[in-house]
Amino acid sequence: MRALVLVKVAWQSILRNTLRTLLTVLGIIIGVGAVIVMVAVGLGAKERIHQQIQNLGTNMIVLTAGAATQGGVSQGAQTFNRLTVADAEALRRESTLLAAVSPVIVAPGNVIGGAGNWRTHTQGVATDYQTIRDWPVSSGAFFDATDVRHARKVAVLGATVAKVLFPDQDPVGQEIQIRNVPFQVVGVLTAKGQTAGGSDQDDVVLAPYTTVQTRLAGRQFIPQILAATASPADIPAAMEEIRAIMREQHHLASWEEDDFTVRNQEDLAQAAERTTEVMTVLLAAIASISLLVGGIGIMNIMLVSVTERTREIGIRLAVGAHSRDVMIQFLVESTVLALIGGAIGVGAGFLSARVVARLTGWETVISPPTVVLALAFSAAVGIFFGFYPARKAANLNPIEALRYE
Amino acid sequence: MPALRGVDLTVKRGEFVAVMGASGSGKSTLMNILGCLDVPTEGTYDLDGERVNGLSRDALADIRNRKIGFVFQGFNLLPRTSAVENVELPLLYDRSRRPRSTRGLALEALARVGLADRAQHLPNELSGGQQQRVAIARALVTRPTLLLADEPTGNLDSRTSLEVMALFQELNQQGLTIVLVTHEPDIARYTHRIVGVRDGRVIRDVPLPERRDAAADLQSSQPVLEE
Ligand SMILES: Nc1ncnc2c1ncn2[C@@H]1O[C@H](COP(=O)(O)OP(=O)(O)O)[C@@H](O)[C@H]1O
Ligand SMILES: [Mg+2]
Repeated sequence: MRALVLVKVAWQSILRNTLRTLLTVLGIIIGVGAVIVMVAVGLGAKERIHQQIQNLGTNMIVLTAGAATQGGVSQGAQTFNRLTVADAEALRRESTLLAAVSPVIVAPGNVIGGAGNWRTHTQGVATDYQTIRDWPVSSGAFFDATDVRHARKVAVLGATVAKVLFPDQDPVGQEIQIRNVPFQVVGVLTAKGQTAGGSDQDDVVLAPYTTVQTRLAGRQFIPQILAATASPADIPAAMEEIRAIMREQHHLASWEEDDFTVRNQEDLAQAAERTTEVMTVLLAAIASISLLVGGIGIMNIMLVSVTERTREIGIRLAVGAHSRDVMIQFLVESTVLALIGGAIGVGAGFLSARVVARLTGWETVISPPTVVLALAFSAAVGIFFGFYPARKAANLNPIEALRYE
Repeated sequence: MPALRGVDLTVKRGEFVAVMGASGSGKSTLMNILGCLDVPTEGTYDLDGERVNGLSRDALADIRNRKIGFVFQGFNLLPRTSAVENVELPLLYDRSRRPRSTRGLALEALARVGLADRAQHLPNELSGGQQQRVAIARALVTRPTLLLADEPTGNLDSRTSLEVMALFQELNQQGLTIVLVTHEPDIARYTHRIVGVRDGRVIRDVPLPERRDAAADLQSSQPVLEE
């Protein structure tokens, strides 16, 4: 039988019961809709993460304390902090591939000045930090090597801190107190926005690491040492070099594991993406269950249809239809049914993705391959769940089918 | 208990046979075997020089499609499907034919039964007699060797029955072999041969020398019915 005739017969049979059809394909609609939204949000999140990681600075390598955990990267879950300023200095001295190295000494505490006080993190860094993070100043200048060498009490404010403490004036040249030690503001950084994790990158005060180390009493830790290569091609070799220098620096025997972790931006992106995977898995579960329910709905309605049309099947068999013809007829019908659900689901998914984008401010990305895949999946559900009813129809005895009331 | 026992029957090309018998005597079972819808548990059946026994389900379907036309008591048209599409149905399952102009052949067959002007009507828009003529057109469209009609007039009034019999006689005169089941002697009178069945056995097989002409009877009865 010609394909067109088959589709036409299926279409007529479906049109006969519009409401029943809609109810039947509801599961498919929800399933496909969920898939479309899920992928749209997932792709949007991925894009956002990539932008943010890129925003951290180009060619950046991050060295953190603690070994990488099995199968993934531990984020700040160091068991014992063993990064030191000496490590950073050793890297700068001995490395041939690194264009820039800076320790990051974190000293949390109040900063007082201008309009009042603000609880933030003061970070002691080297001048290289600005290169590594690719972070220009919007006013004033970054402190220089002389400031670092002499441990001068100068500071560069993040955009958030500048706005809070000096809402109506340029902070450059003003004095602030960090943990009661006076610092002179020499520059203000441009705004970088939030990290992938959602924290404000601009809520920071930068000072020479030497100053933070020697002048600020109280709690300090070095969560990371940042480095950068001159070109992206050097990154893998540079990471190996860092490992070698760090192993020597930490006196690790050959049988001992690294007590630090070296990551590049790609690793960071993957780690961040892993957090969105949980949501993806959850939505995928909803989608699968909906498609399963939808498939069972289709199977149910097709069984009803086969029973209702027993006599029609008998007539077709009597005038010469092969079992396969009947089978294909009902498979086409269940597939068209599922595709209708799929198409409506794609439409619903589109709309939902837009609503989600509006409500949450997340980016959502609709990709044509997703739509094709969703429709292909619906068709597969139609064929899979339509198979049993179609086979039942195909195996009917023509005499009994003709006699069916 | 078998529905048929010891049936030995030969139908020649061009014959017009009436199978008669009480309800449950095995007439339909016999027709199903003749129509290759069923195969006998014992014995053999040759159709058009071909042994049918032992053929596969699909091979039997092909024989039904090409060599046999069925007409049923209950018409058995597809509902919500136009007359011409019903007639076209067997052509769609004909594997030997290219799918060219099946519609044209269906319209020709409808014209042969006098329903050319009803091609687009749905079965529920047609009278019983018209529905049965659509069914006959469907049986004819593949130009079968054998036309089988199981109580084709069972659901029709006497005048419409006469019209259907006139059509059968006309087709038979054009060379079509017809086997017809009926329990009405009035209907059997229009055939050439009567086969009587009881309890699954052939108890009578007689030629009918004095056949009546359905078309002529239709003419003569017209004034009476129109009164
Ligand atoms: N599917 C069936 N299962 C069991 N017995 C059947 C079946 N079909 C017909 N029969 C029996 O076979 C016999 C002949 O039936 P059938 O050929 O339909 O008779 P007729 O058409 O002459 O009224 C009857 O006794 C009937 O009860
Ligand atoms: Mg019967």
